[in-house]
Amino acid sequence: MEDLVLWSRAQFALTAIYHWLFVPLTLGLGIIIGVMETIYYRTKNEQWKTITKFWMRLFGVNFAIGVATGLILEFQFGTNWSNYSWFVGDIFGAPLAIEGILAFFMEATFIAIMFFGWNKVSKGFHLASTWLTVFGASISALWILIANAWMQFPTGMSFNPDTVRNEMTDFWAVALSPIAINKFFHTVTSCWVVGSAACIGVSAWFLLKKQHIEFAKKSIKIAAIVGLAGIALTIYTGDGSAYQVAQKQPMKLAAMEGLYKGQTQAPLVAFGILKPHEKAMQDIENPSYFNIGIPYVLSFLSYRDINAYVPGITDLLNGGYPTKDGSKELSAKEKMESGKKAIQALADYKKAKKAGNEYETQKQLRILNDNYSNFGYGFIKDESELIPNVAITFYAFRFMIIFGSLFILMFIVITYLIGKKKPFENYKWFLWLCILCIPLAYMVSQSGWIVAEMGRQPWVIQDLMPTSAAISALSSSSVATTFIIFCVLFTVLLIAELSIMFKQIKKGF
Amino acid sequence: MDYNFFIQYWWFIISLLGAILVFLLFVQGGQTLIPQLGKTEIEKTMMVNSIGRKWEFTFTTLVTFGGAFFAAFPLFYSTSFGGAYWVWMIILFCFIIQAVSFEFRKKENNFLGEKTYNIFLLINGFLGTFLLGVAVGTFFTGSEFVVNKENITNPFMPIISQWTNPLHGLEALANPRNLLLGLVVLFLSRTLGLLYFINNINDQTIQERAKKTLKLCGTMFVVLFVTFLAVTFLSDGFAVDKQTGIVSMQEYKYFNNLIEMPVVSGLLLIGVILVLYGLIKTMFSKTIFRKGIWFAGIGTVLAVLSLFLIAGYNNTAYYPSTFNPQSSLTIYNSSSSLFTLRVMSIVSLIIPFVLAYIFYAWRKMDKVSITKEEMQEDGHKY
Repeated sequence: MEDLVLWSRAQFALTAIYHWLFVPLTLGLGIIIGVMETIYYRTKNEQWKTITKFWMRLFGVNFAIGVATGLILEFQFGTNWSNYSWFVGDIFGAPLAIEGILAFFMEATFIAIMFFGWNKVSKGFHLASTWLTVFGASISALWILIANAWMQFPTGMSFNPDTVRNEMTDFWAVALSPIAINKFFHTVTSCWVVGSAACIGVSAWFLLKKQHIEFAKKSIKIAAIVGLAGIALTIYTGDGSAYQVAQKQPMKLAAMEGLYKGQTQAPLVAFGILKPHEKAMQDIENPSYFNIGIPYVLSFLSYRDINAYVPGITDLLNGGYPTKDGSKELSAKEKMESGKKAIQALADYKKAKKAGNEYETQKQLRILNDNYSNFGYGFIKDESELIPNVAITFYAFRFMIIFGSLFILMFIVITYLIGKKKPFENYKWFLWLCILCIPLAYMVSQSGWIVAEMGRQPWVIQDLMPTSAAISALSSSSVATTFIIFCVLFTVLLIAELSIMFKQIKKGF
Repeated sequence: MDYNFFIQYWWFIISLLGAILVFLLFVQGGQTLIPQLGKTEIEKTMMVNSIGRKWEFTFTTLVTFGGAFFAAFPLFYSTSFGGAYWVWMIILFCFIIQAVSFEFRKKENNFLGEKTYNIFLLINGFLGTFLLGVAVGTFFTGSEFVVNKENITNPFMPIISQWTNPLHGLEALANPRNLLLGLVVLFLSRTLGLLYFINNINDQTIQERAKKTLKLCGTMFVVLFVTFLAVTFLSDGFAVDKQTGIVSMQEYKYFNNLIEMPVVSGLLLIGVILVLYGLIKTMFSKTIFRKGIWFAGIGTVLAVLSLFLIAGYNNTAYYPSTFNPQSSLTIYNSSSSLFTLRVMSIVSLIIPFVLAYIFYAWRKMDKVSITKEEMQEDGHKY
């Protein structure tokens, strides 16, 4: 059973990580291509058409493999997370269906015109098609992120004991959840950063090779502006994201910070080396070998108050600290008790209902409702399961913040240098740095997802269903086999994609 | 409008999406025909580009079909995908390799070589369509699973839907009726592929060859399809008692459904006539008749739609369990809540608008058919 959970998680992580290698470029480069073609449309300058078409070729190669990896993600909810699909399918299925109806058809229709329509439709119609492709891709991101946000912060639903599932009661609460909106902007604008980094890096390579200098510089100008806007919005929404995590997923926040013992006026760890988890649990006052903290910042980011108390991992397990509404937070053990009560009440409710015992039915229903907010804790066998992998979450978070912030500097410097008298192509070392920024941007982007998804463990739906209860009844060897198949297949396709990309880049504009 | 209305409405939408998906499998059928119809490189290129501009619609329809099924009938999603794991995984695998093949096959440095991508297209065309047919065949023949929602109250084994056959879906291949539907879908997709080439490629050699191939392929399809209909209508079906919800076997259930739902039988009849008209007119017309795909395409949508409706309407279990008939899925016991179906119904009002812009865009793109000249021009090509 444990193996099965791990393989199922591994397979989802693998396919999601691979998918996320291609999506950011689609969303980011898409915007850049849209801007480029708009300039072509307005200036009628054929150079811009050549530039647009070059980037569009790379976009096409990348898009195909993004589609391929995306297919498996959607169906995986059914194939590997069967229990999840029933337990919350009434809410979770809707965004997926809407994504298909609203977004995918728009993408599929207009991308064909974008690629093949240059000589078949008018310039205006072609431009509209390009933007509609980008728009379609972005709203597809919107709906899948709404779905993801809902898992992290379930809202707009109630549990129906007769159908044994959660049912939607408020569509707008799901679709317009502040977590969803914030997640959407944070994710999509961070993709602009990746797209811009790719565009700038490739252009920098041309400059180093002294090829296509004019086209490369024109591309850099557009990408730097898109990238600057992207990173500014990413940082702004990242702050909103940290605040939301503090409210809804305090354990994730504690793991992100390696905070074992809660404190007021909590500092944000700028950098540090954590002790192994077991050691840290024994010495919660000093969980790291060393760290550099910025005073007050964590309290402020989390609660908008420099004096606020931020609970640590052990506090979250032990409970007892005052919550916002003045009550005392339950301990993990109490929550697990409450969860078991809820599960037992559901079983007894079913029995009583079958027996036609109305009094008992109502009684069990009350117990269930009173304890339902801890339902998922009933599946937890040991409180240690409630702690996500601290090291991965902690370092991935640092990586995202530190290297992500560098991009704001990067784009500002590029915008400044490219406007200067000394030709941009003469800053050799800086051009190399631009190229280096391509893999860095991808790694930063991936680490963001690692924080979000590793940090929320053990929950597939926060507090209501742990990952271990969400799986399909399969043998772990079956899932291991498909894992290996996908791993080999996606790796081969990635190599093919990169190889084609490099060749296309070599051929130039 | 009550709960039942919305449930039936959503079964209709799912059926329609399924029907459109089957029609769009002409892309897959086309893929299987490239080596057979294309003797020269330019002919192959024309064919690849002709269907290559449509593959995303088939793919998107598959994804949307899955998403809509999830939203409207989540118990099917959790039971079938999680249970018949291997059949669905192989189908997905067939589609993953298709998605990159059009774009990558002709590109320089494509790592695996053009041949491999062509083989990918063949695997997708033959195996993908066949297995989809086999999987849908179980809608009529049943599978082995148990659904027990109370399992969730057992923290040690909380899984609600459990497959009881260790082959996890591959056992569907042992049932000749499923295999028959697999072949029907395969030959239908090839037939539609031929009609599509005749319409979309302006090249007499290809058109003549396609017409010749159609005579055998189209006839094979008709024979297989008629056999499938006969077998299905003569077989017992999984009937549901409306009051108690108890599932039992009923003689000639699917044939009774046909008789008891005259609108559905009308759809099936019109569909079959349109397909036959498209086929016969293309096969036997003295000149090249290029509009066959329109008749056969619309006919396919109507006929497949009616078959889905026969599987789900009129108190029938659309996803029956032979292991434990009372676990069988009906459109009532597997659907989403009234609230969700209402929300989704409002969303579904956008579908005509989506169809309209797809139609408009296709008309713009297909105004000029594919020619040798276009394939020799510079520009984005597969």
